[in-house]
Amino acid sequence: MESWRNNRFLFWLLTLPGAFWLALFFVAPLSVLWVYSFGAKSGITDIEITGTALNYLRALDPVYFQIMWKSLWISAIATFVCLVLAYPIAFAICFAPTRWKPVLLLITILPFWINLLIRTYALMAVFRTNGFVNQTLGGAWNFFDGLFTGGSFPYQPLQLLYNDGSVIAGLVYVYLPFMVLPLYATIERLDKSYLEASLDLGASQFRTLMSVTVPLTMPGIISGVLLVFIPCLGAFLTPALLGGANAIMIGNVIEAQFKSANDWPFGAALSFILIYATFGALALRWVLTRKSQGEGA
Amino acid sequence: MSAPIIQIRNVVKRFAGGTTAVDNVSFDIGQNEFFALLGPSGCGKTTLLRMIAGLETPSEGEIIIDGVDMAFTPPNQRPVNMVFQSYAVFPHMSVLQNVEYGLMVTGTPKDETRKRAKEALDMVQLGHLGERRPDQLSGGQRQRVALARALVKRPKVLLLDEPLSALDAKLREAMQLELARLQKTVGITFIIVTHDQDEALSMADRIAVMNAGRVSQIAAPIALYEAPASRFVADFIGKVNLIDATVTGVKGNEVACKAKGLGEILIPSNQPAKGQVTLAVRPEKLTLGTAAPKKAGLVKLSGTVRDVSYYGDTSHVIVTAAGIELAVNVQNDARRSSIITRGQNVWVSWAPDDTLILTE
Repeated sequence: MESWRNNRFLFWLLTLPGAFWLALFFVAPLSVLWVYSFGAKSGITDIEITGTALNYLRALDPVYFQIMWKSLWISAIATFVCLVLAYPIAFAICFAPTRWKPVLLLITILPFWINLLIRTYALMAVFRTNGFVNQTLGGAWNFFDGLFTGGSFPYQPLQLLYNDGSVIAGLVYVYLPFMVLPLYATIERLDKSYLEASLDLGASQFRTLMSVTVPLTMPGIISGVLLVFIPCLGAFLTPALLGGANAIMIGNVIEAQFKSANDWPFGAALSFILIYATFGALALRWVLTRKSQGEGA
Repeated sequence: MSAPIIQIRNVVKRFAGGTTAVDNVSFDIGQNEFFALLGPSGCGKTTLLRMIAGLETPSEGEIIIDGVDMAFTPPNQRPVNMVFQSYAVFPHMSVLQNVEYGLMVTGTPKDETRKRAKEALDMVQLGHLGERRPDQLSGGQRQRVALARALVKRPKVLLLDEPLSALDAKLREAMQLELARLQKTVGITFIIVTHDQDEALSMADRIAVMNAGRVSQIAAPIALYEAPASRFVADFIGKVNLIDATVTGVKGNEVACKAKGLGEILIPSNQPAKGQVTLAVRPEKLTLGTAAPKKAGLVKLSGTVRDVSYYGDTSHVIVTAAGIELAVNVQNDARRSSIITRGQNVWVSWAPDDTLILTE
């Protein structure tokens, strides 16, 4: 069969609908936004394109810079927690009996079937002052307190909601499957005799994990980290609902610029700073994978 | 046999799902022995090897290495090392790092690790390729890395799982010689798993032939080939003509057998035999001639050539005689040796002493 790549007409015919869609609904609006980011507000709805870089300079203002910095480390922690949780999950699925694998993978992606908003509200029901966690802990506390001290130290509910911790928990909950799936794909493809060889040569299970398994599954780790880190950085629903006022992330600031503040040029500039950060992460991945390929992995 | 380094006692391996891979196997392997586990695929030989390495746990029975029961010893604490079928050379490490790995993880001092790794690489003639990455090596070189990596640990037993199956024919032959030489040099026990009878016959001191999870026979190569204990072993090792026969009587050291087309023949044998038996005779023990052989006391048959396969040094001839088919290997030992053609009338003969009586 002749390679379809050689047939230029067919190639363009197949590519055209998708390319058209992307141009119309992705490249065009993004270009408009990029142009806006060099403009200034000249009325309630009017924007004057002046070619100014003031919007970008304003983003460096400590107020915004701090929020950006906070978004970065909250995303980094959430990504790291995802990695630590997802690695054993992916490993367990790979080593599960063959007939269980599809079921376990289905359970992993099951949350996708439920609306993000509903899932986030469900999390609020778990974490709030009268939520399931506090009720369970409180019940146990009061039981033992009544048993040993006659109830002299009543349970003080933990403040689990509206802080950085609840935002991180929410992000981990939402993005965990994005980490599990690429890790599963890489571990599944990994020749298990590498692990057996390492054990056979006298390495402990932990040493094998650190010296053989992790390096050989690095492509999956990098993919998973990016798939989680990038959407975390732009998240606004999770911090808005779970974070309250003091755990605001850059996504919330951007949303506010387009809506309540009605400052589209500044919102556009902040958006593009986020996009450039994403490009930076992708470039880093490219460098890392090229390096590991060069080393023959 | 010297004192056993490995004792396998009533070992059974059942896998989830009900298959019994290894079915009540017991035997010993001696110090410094080159031992082969030979059998068709699925006979349990690799499972047995992996149980010795500790990568599988026996369902029943025990494996004793150097006098110590290995039941609760994990693979990383056993005095054995393995060369994997896929070699499993770590792709993210250099050749030298691969060889050093096994010493490094057990806390061997750096200088000693480096020194021993270099010695091991020299031993497999890869001393000059230490800095290479595994993907820059040929299949044969990668296998040498796997060998060096296992031998550098100075194991009491080296386990090799189908080590030559991924190599081309020429390289395989060279590696057979090299492995045998290496085993004599390092002076430790080698256990090799193979489905290739030539490999086992040419390298091993003793061979265990396995079939369907059981050991059919354990013997030295010559004994295995010339005196197989069963129809399965005779048929699996080399080519053989198998003829159904009935024992009609025993006269001293000779057993009288009656077989279709052969009439009654007397076969020298010390084995007790009666009833239905199988007569086995190797194709190269048969002689082909255009006239009836004059020598007395031979088993002789007149027949027609049905097929000839020419291999240069030998020709494999199939002769139909008295309703049975016989394979005959003819040495082409003279340039102008008579050419055998299809349809030709020939005489096949062999010495009764070259016939084996198989009772199972």
